[in-house]
Amino acid sequence: MDAIESAFADGPAFVPYLAAGDPDYDASLEYVKALARGGADVIELGLPFSEPVAEGPTIQAAVNRSLDAGMTPDRFFAFVEELDVDVPLVCMTYYNLIYRYGDDDAERPRAFVERAAKAGIEGFVVPDLPAEEADPLREACDEFDCDLVFIVAPTTQGERLDRIMSRVSGYVYVQARLGVTGAKANVSEQTGQSLDRLAEWDVPKAVGFGISSGEQAGEVVAAGADGVIVGSALVDIVAEGHEADEDAATVADRLEAKARELKDGAVAGAQRTPRPERT
Amino acid sequence: MPAIEELTDAYERYVLDNEDGFVDEFRDRLRDFGGRPTPLQRAERLSERYDTEVYLKREDLLHGGAHKLNNALGQVLLAKYMGKERVVAETGAGQHGTATAMAAAHLDMPCEVYMGETDINRQRPNVFRMRLNGADVTPVTAGRGTLKEAINETMRDWATTVETTHYVLGSVVGPHPFPAMVRDFQAVISEEARRQIREQTDGLPDSVLACAGGGSNTMGAFAAFLDDEDVSLHAVEAGGSSLTVDEERGVAPNSASLSTGGEGVLHGARTRLLQDDDGQILESHSVSAGLDYAGVGPELAHLVESGRVRAVNVDDDAALAAFHRLSNMEGIIPALESAHALAYLERVAGLDGPATEGSSGKPRDEAHDDLGDTVIVNVSGRGDKDLETVIEETDRREIEEAPEMDVFTEGL
Ligand SMILES: Cc1ncc(COP(=O)(O)O)c(C=O)c1O
Repeated sequence: MDAIESAFADGPAFVPYLAAGDPDYDASLEYVKALARGGADVIELGLPFSEPVAEGPTIQAAVNRSLDAGMTPDRFFAFVEELDVDVPLVCMTYYNLIYRYGDDDAERPRAFVERAAKAGIEGFVVPDLPAEEADPLREACDEFDCDLVFIVAPTTQGERLDRIMSRVSGYVYVQARLGVTGAKANVSEQTGQSLDRLAEWDVPKAVGFGISSGEQAGEVVAAGADGVIVGSALVDIVAEGHEADEDAATVADRLEAKARELKDGAVAGAQRTPRPERT
Repeated sequence: MPAIEELTDAYERYVLDNEDGFVDEFRDRLRDFGGRPTPLQRAERLSERYDTEVYLKREDLLHGGAHKLNNALGQVLLAKYMGKERVVAETGAGQHGTATAMAAAHLDMPCEVYMGETDINRQRPNVFRMRLNGADVTPVTAGRGTLKEAINETMRDWATTVETTHYVLGSVVGPHPFPAMVRDFQAVISEEARRQIREQTDGLPDSVLACAGGGSNTMGAFAAFLDDEDVSLHAVEAGGSSLTVDEERGVAPNSASLSTGGEGVLHGARTRLLQDDDGQILESHSVSAGLDYAGVGPELAHLVESGRVRAVNVDDDAALAAFHRLSNMEGIIPALESAHALAYLERVAGLDGPATEGSSGKPRDEAHDDLGDTVIVNVSGRGDKDLETVIEETDRREIEEAPEMDVFTEGL
């Protein structure tokens, strides 16, 4: 449980996302390792689901490449075991895959969490699981010492916000803008307001949805974020490499460089505005 | 999804508590714009054929040609009451999109409809109708290009625009309060039918049949009969070409999620789904676009589980045969969706060959007894939208009841 929070402890955290197995198992292993070399503090690994409703076109395409290349929950766990990176890993997936895992109906969703934890997963993000329905998963996470990250949208408020606050751990995923994932050219004005609403929460705040450059990462951190989550801008690099038929090492180098740009940007942002002490 | 809280609040206030006279306005508009009540008609020749009193609830005569208007009008009106500026909708057969486009034009709301490419190609008349009513139709190319993909894309739009936009979901699926709200808007079908059958026969029917895609006409046709325990309720699913999953291609050549699916979570609801062992959702298939969905409404799934509703299914061929039968015996061209419900009469009467595996799950005589002497079949819509599909599919197969199709296919 502590691994993820401590990744946020010294300086702003850089949290990249890739769909595991995109465009294929072996290349994807190299890509995730490249992110670790580039300075990732936590890595969100997507376990592809056939109905990625929270994703924009970039990540939808990544999910489909991975599924076409044969990704399954069990291969995902093998992937995590084979990765062996020194960075905490968060599994980002949709609830049906968690719910359906294992042979014993009575063990849902515990069987999935148990298997994931054994493979080395330290936390989960499940965009289609509302906090109201999250207690069984929260309990399983507690049992296996995993974190459960929730996404807070700019419009989330009232009781719903309280319900999330009482169940979230690791970090809270602050959605920078309404809508679905996808790289954007500018940082949303909603980010600062969203962070202000969560100022009292005793959990690191990582901002995602739309961040694509080191400069934007810096802006978000300067606005008070404890970390930045970047998916589509990295997946774009995977997609371009795949389309141009480049070898995995070349693409991995580019991912590593992009990761470093984002991490450095986040650090620079923190220097611009001294961050308040988190209590 | 915070929009869900806002919607739940609006549903409770306006729909359940009739705040600001919402329900009264809805009923007035259903009558004057929609043409309600629709008739409950005794089908003379079908009654003779099956030696059973067969009554047809004529939702095909509702404005727009399907039951979908009940819900679309309710939701677009609700969007108005909520102060929304725009509506989005998904559509499979195009009937829900058409109904939404009509309601939106009627109530002066901008409207965008997402529709899978496969469905755009097989339901062109409805694409034209949506456009004529001023809606934008946005094609969805993901997956097999049917209803499931259209729902995904509409959810993405809604997630981006919730502050100004209402998502007019087309069936009793999705997150709460949609399944309950859509059922309430569709319940007018059985409220009328129950009153009408009592006026006409002095009693209640022995059974009610309705086709089940997402299950909105099903829940609408059943709602007022749920407490009448002697009335047996049958949800007829699309058995497609086979009930067996094509593992290799990850496709279920049917959309019989009640009959063959497993419990799971999709589009914000826990229900029965066509899925593989890992929980990946399968592509469904039916000759009828409106039934072509991998899930089904959670309340309907629950009613099947508790035994109140029996889930049965008929295949593509049986539905096509029923389409032709109603057309030439009764002068009513039904939607291919509705034809599934009608085909079940034939099955139960033992007139369509041996029962297929997983159908009623009972020997035929017993099932016949269950249906009883008086049956209401919900004709959820009319078949004008399906003519091209029916001509092509009939020409490819041997459908006994059908006229020769080659005079038509030459022109296609
Ligand atoms: C005429 C008709 N009946 C039935 C359906 C299936 O939907 P549901 O099961 O929600 O009634 C459709 C869907 O488009 C339809 O157009």
